[in-house]
Amino acid sequence: MTKGYLMLQTGEVFSGDWLGAMQDTTGELVFNTSMTGYQEMMTDPSYAGQILTFCYPMIGNYGINLQDVESNHIAVSAVIMNDTCEEPSHYQSVATLSEKLEQAGVSGLTNVDTRALVAIIRKHKTVRARIVSQQSSITTMSFWKQESTQELVKTVAVPEYEEFGTGDLHIVLLDFGYKKSILNELLEAECKVTIVPFFTPFEEIVLLAPDGVLISNGPGDPKDLGAYFPTVKKLSETYPTLGICLGHQLLALAHGGKTKKMPYGHRGGNHPVKDLATGKVTITSQNHGYEVIEDSIPNEAFQLTFRNVNDNSVEGMKHTTLPILSVQFHPEAHPGPSDAAYIFQDFLHQVVTRREQACQGVHS
Amino acid sequence: MPRRTQLKKVLVIGSGPIVIGQAAEFDYAGTQACLALKEEGIEVILVNNNPATIMTDKNIADHVYMEPLELEILEKIIAKEKPDGVIGTLGGQTGLNLTVQLFEKGILDQYGVQVLGTPVKAIQNGEDRNLFRNLMLDIDEPIPESRIIKNLEEGLAFIQTIGFPVILRPAYTLGGEGGGFAHNESEFAELLVKALSLSPINQVLVEKSIKGWKEVEYEVMRDKNDTCIIVCNMENMDPVGVHTGDSIVVAPSQTLNDVQYQLLRTASLKVIRELGVVGGCNIQFAIHPASNEYRIIEVNPRVSRSSALASKATGYPIARIAAKCAVGFNLDEILNPITGNTYASFEPALDYIVVKLPRFPFDKFTEADRTLGTQMKATGEVMAIDRTFEGALNKAIRSLELNVNSLHWPGLEKKTEDELEQLLHVPNDLRLFAIGEALNRGMDIDKVMSLTEIDYWFIRKLQRMIEQEETLVSYQWSDIPSEVLRQAKRFNCSDERISELTVISTKDLRKKYKEISLQPAYKLVDTCAGEFDAITPYYYSTWHGVDEVETQNEKKKILVLGSGPIRIGQGIEFDYCAVQATMALKELGYETIVMNNNPETVSTDYSLADSLYFEPLALEDVLAVIHKEKVDGVLVQFGGQTAINLVEGLVEEGVPILGTTADAINKMEDRDAFYQLLDELEISHIVGKVVSHYEELKHSAKEIGFPILIRPSYVIGGQSMFVSYNESELLHYVERIEADSNGQCWPLLLDSYLPGLECEVDVISDGEDIVIPGIYEHVEKAGVHSGDSMMLFPSVTLTTSIKEKITKIIQGICRKVPIIGVMNVQFIVYQEDVFVIEVNPRSSRTIPIISKVTDVPIVDWAVQVQLGKRLASLTNELNVMREPSYFTIKAPVFSDGKLKGVDHVLGPEMKSTGEIIGLGESLEEAMNKIRPHLPSENLKIFVSIADRFKKEALELIKQLANKNVRFIATEGTANYIKAAGLDVIKVTNEKCSIEAYWTTQQPDVLINIPSRGRERDRKGFYLRELATRYSVTCFTSLDTARAILLAEEPDHIDVCSLTEYMTKEMVKK
Repeated sequence: MTKGYLMLQTGEVFSGDWLGAMQDTTGELVFNTSMTGYQEMMTDPSYAGQILTFCYPMIGNYGINLQDVESNHIAVSAVIMNDTCEEPSHYQSVATLSEKLEQAGVSGLTNVDTRALVAIIRKHKTVRARIVSQQSSITTMSFWKQESTQELVKTVAVPEYEEFGTGDLHIVLLDFGYKKSILNELLEAECKVTIVPFFTPFEEIVLLAPDGVLISNGPGDPKDLGAYFPTVKKLSETYPTLGICLGHQLLALAHGGKTKKMPYGHRGGNHPVKDLATGKVTITSQNHGYEVIEDSIPNEAFQLTFRNVNDNSVEGMKHTTLPILSVQFHPEAHPGPSDAAYIFQDFLHQVVTRREQACQGVHS
Repeated sequence: MPRRTQLKKVLVIGSGPIVIGQAAEFDYAGTQACLALKEEGIEVILVNNNPATIMTDKNIADHVYMEPLELEILEKIIAKEKPDGVIGTLGGQTGLNLTVQLFEKGILDQYGVQVLGTPVKAIQNGEDRNLFRNLMLDIDEPIPESRIIKNLEEGLAFIQTIGFPVILRPAYTLGGEGGGFAHNESEFAELLVKALSLSPINQVLVEKSIKGWKEVEYEVMRDKNDTCIIVCNMENMDPVGVHTGDSIVVAPSQTLNDVQYQLLRTASLKVIRELGVVGGCNIQFAIHPASNEYRIIEVNPRVSRSSALASKATGYPIARIAAKCAVGFNLDEILNPITGNTYASFEPALDYIVVKLPRFPFDKFTEADRTLGTQMKATGEVMAIDRTFEGALNKAIRSLELNVNSLHWPGLEKKTEDELEQLLHVPNDLRLFAIGEALNRGMDIDKVMSLTEIDYWFIRKLQRMIEQEETLVSYQWSDIPSEVLRQAKRFNCSDERISELTVISTKDLRKKYKEISLQPAYKLVDTCAGEFDAITPYYYSTWHGVDEVETQNEKKKILVLGSGPIRIGQGIEFDYCAVQATMALKELGYETIVMNNNPETVSTDYSLADSLYFEPLALEDVLAVIHKEKVDGVLVQFGGQTAINLVEGLVEEGVPILGTTADAINKMEDRDAFYQLLDELEISHIVGKVVSHYEELKHSAKEIGFPILIRPSYVIGGQSMFVSYNESELLHYVERIEADSNGQCWPLLLDSYLPGLECEVDVISDGEDIVIPGIYEHVEKAGVHSGDSMMLFPSVTLTTSIKEKITKIIQGICRKVPIIGVMNVQFIVYQEDVFVIEVNPRSSRTIPIISKVTDVPIVDWAVQVQLGKRLASLTNELNVMREPSYFTIKAPVFSDGKLKGVDHVLGPEMKSTGEIIGLGESLEEAMNKIRPHLPSENLKIFVSIADRFKKEALELIKQLANKNVRFIATEGTANYIKAAGLDVIKVTNEKCSIEAYWTTQQPDVLINIPSRGRERDRKGFYLRELATRYSVTCFTSLDTARAILLAEEPDHIDVCSLTEYMTKEMVKK
């Protein structure tokens, strides 16, 4: 095996063995605590620009299949593992993890003490890193190059409209790098879905005559997407709207709220979120590095619906008068628990109600 | 206030004696729960008649009732204590069944006692197969085609519709007792009849078999606000068909992808919600290896063995949290004690793998049927943690203490191809090692898979372990690359194995590690995969990466060694001792470090010691922790024989052992040296010889004279001991154990066997003074293992002069050796003389019992003297202490219904798995609390007595005849009884006539005194098996039979807490 190194901008170096494409890769170093779902994570567009460390020490056990993809590409910049299984076992498996990495041109490093790495990430909170074949002493800014959120979103979002399903309800999915499972949830609920690029102007979306709008997840810092706040605001004031993850943050920003970078984010399938209406705690799938600042939310317009049990951070909100819902977690799961799938029903319920009201309006 | 404020007093029902399927895990659960309740200011009443437990210690619950776990007794306790609520989901199946009965009989209503936590309805819905089935159908969850069968006809009719194979699961039985697979009608009929009789509600679920599917378990928690979480999922390496308690289990699941993981997770939540469980619940699934099709196999609406495992595997204390939920807390109101800053309403994320291996009793029961099925057979288990499967498995293997430290099981290489295939195909305790052997022989991996039905992932990992060994072998030690050693240690290959393969001593090996700076790193079990800071010092080792454990150096550090997996002869009592020792050390201001590998126990609760290292108790692992922590001393007297066996190796490495020195321990363990010591002290002992070959054996036997007690040296629990009455029996025995031990049984110890009164003493000694909390008398004459004998305290037959002799002997030994700490001594009193038969320089099975009934903190004092205190500074009462005015009887409990082929005849080899205690103001009252409930009139006793005991038996038979007992006997015995002028029904000695009698009219009692025992083809063996099958009380010792059958009824039966007993007047003898 070829030796490789993970150099952290903070100075630490971890050694390991190369997997997949052997090319030096830079990104923000993050970790995910889920014990299953590596394929879903690697294909989740929100990971664009990031080097993902798997906390679970044995990755690749059940191989790679054709079903469990959140996009058509490996979205993550690189992956770091403790022990990689080259002899997977699963009836759906068509390739090994390292074969997939190689094929996708993505680098991986294995035999790394990932637990020690996680401790470092926690210590530095946000840290950039680079996988290299030779340790280098040059560490200029370009060495740690960072893509802008705009660039990241552009690489993962659809370039033009895509249409799915033939259902009665028409949902427009404003795409900043959507996960396929979001689309699947809508299709399962028999919606017609039009996926539109993030830069699509409000007026064009109006022409599609949607019954509801879903603002997707995606990579990067939501504040960098200021150009689209007006569209998001207008859309949400016009149509029943659901924001997921980045979509939730964009809704908050568009309505005057603020976001901030979290120490090291929430990435995993075990995050407890309390539904403030019922007091019930739901275990959710999460993947975010930014959060909405609670005090910044205009409280005449929005009320908090969910809160993280561990750090009290904002996990969801709804508009007091308009049919706007947003959640920081991933109700579509994949990977992770689907306990929060009812968010889609809540959203679609609002969509249906609005349409019925509209019809009655026409008739009266 | 979240909790139910009206709750002031709560009754906790324990699980009673340890039997296979219900073991130490409930001591762990109960202890945690009691402490969790007390924390909330609730007064806790505990009922459990298992004296070896930690939960019955007076500082765990407020009022400890060591009283029988029977409905009438519980009612008395409820009437007396008037608790506000009862928690029955922490005491295993026993606690659950009793709670349901208390509810159904209206007792709870009558006294206004609420059922806390999971409601009775949920228990019934989970436990009653029919109710459960309907519930699952209601919520559309798939279960195997099945029907509740109440009689044979119904069963035969149902089988016509679903076909074979089928699995039978009797309702409400321990460890799935009486269940099994049937492949044809005759198997089916036989199993069904047995299963129906074993089920207390006479219901058996007959179910289409899904043998070969993957078996996966989920541990689920739910609070009353309907918040549900998964603590852990676990995958059995053995596919469906082997009881999960007997399976090799990994946590988390390894071969399920996220979709499958979530599919079963979602189903788990649906089930627990529908049942309405409040607290913990275990759900078992089968998932098809080649699709996402699944079935729900079983639900346990209570804490279980699996939940103990899950608690240790994740750090999430299920029983503790379940107890909090039961008294009204919601999960998001309970702090996660591991992190201290997150809440119990989250799902643990693991960044390591856990492997659990079952510990089977077949090293002792060599004659047992070793095949595995739905009846659990393991007595205990070990758990190991690492960051690779290979590493965790290697650690788990050496934790078993079976003299095996890799996939290589000595002797398997001699098996023929056919024999090996059989071992692979039919699940058995050796299958893991048989796979190792098959792969070593180069058997095709596909063939191994098709024979075992085990998933490729596991088999391939095992193959990698074999390949790793091949790599090691391919090098000369001198030029072995350090990378190869690193890889071997990353797989946690044991030093012993590497040493074997590379032909180098383990010492040189360890030297080499130092040279190449190869050492284990220690990591935390933190429930959150490193996401949050964790405060709990719960550690495991791995041979890769960074050591993250920072050691403290403020206080003196003492390491307490645990006792490993529960096995016959080394049970929960040693965990009691280890836990007590740790608490004593803490109290004294030392920093405590505990090492153990048993996930069922209290000692591996991370909240006990200052640091817990969940590690194998092999020398290499213990040394590594000692070096890391730089401990100031090691306590070895409280971890049973496991810890004692490590002493030599530790001393060689210069590790300070506290208390009795290693030399002295050796002297006690070595027969010759020990007898020499006794001779020097002019103490009588049994005439004994050590023999190393057949010639010497015959010669020494003649010298000693028959009967002779024979055994291999260095044994636990009387392993392979035997009393032989003539040379042919003796030779026969030696041939048998030679075969069983692959010729490793020599040298053998021969002792003259004296049929005298046996008694036993635990002593605390500081090398000068001694304290004897009590002298206990055995009911059975010498020759029955002390663990299997009934024990009376205070003694009723020992005279003052004998007691004085005993004290003097002990005083002599303790000063001479010297003993510093504890020691257990067994004596025979024969013709007014006292003979020492055995000395164990360590804690014993009796310590927890005597500590509790005398209120002498034996372990605490022993720890203090080991740290240099004098006994005189701890108590004014040296030598033999005052005896209590009340009586204690300990009786053994056997798991005889669980182990097919095992002969539970009393003898020098221990066979019981647990014990119960009876306390009373009179001997009769105490006896009443431990004896089986037999009909008071027209008792029918089946008798079959070996010739040499007939005369003695006749006395008893005459006495019983006066009590209107009717006798049935085998030929010789019947003739003998008749000749004495008594009535008896004669049954001829043919198996068929015996069977004919038993199937038509079962007796109430069997008295069978065998001439030999443990031989399957003999009549006596068959009789005992019948007694087991029909749950007929069986006596194989006349002494036990006499004590129990002739016991008078007590005037009254009281229920008293331990504290109440303590306040009773003590009588100074």
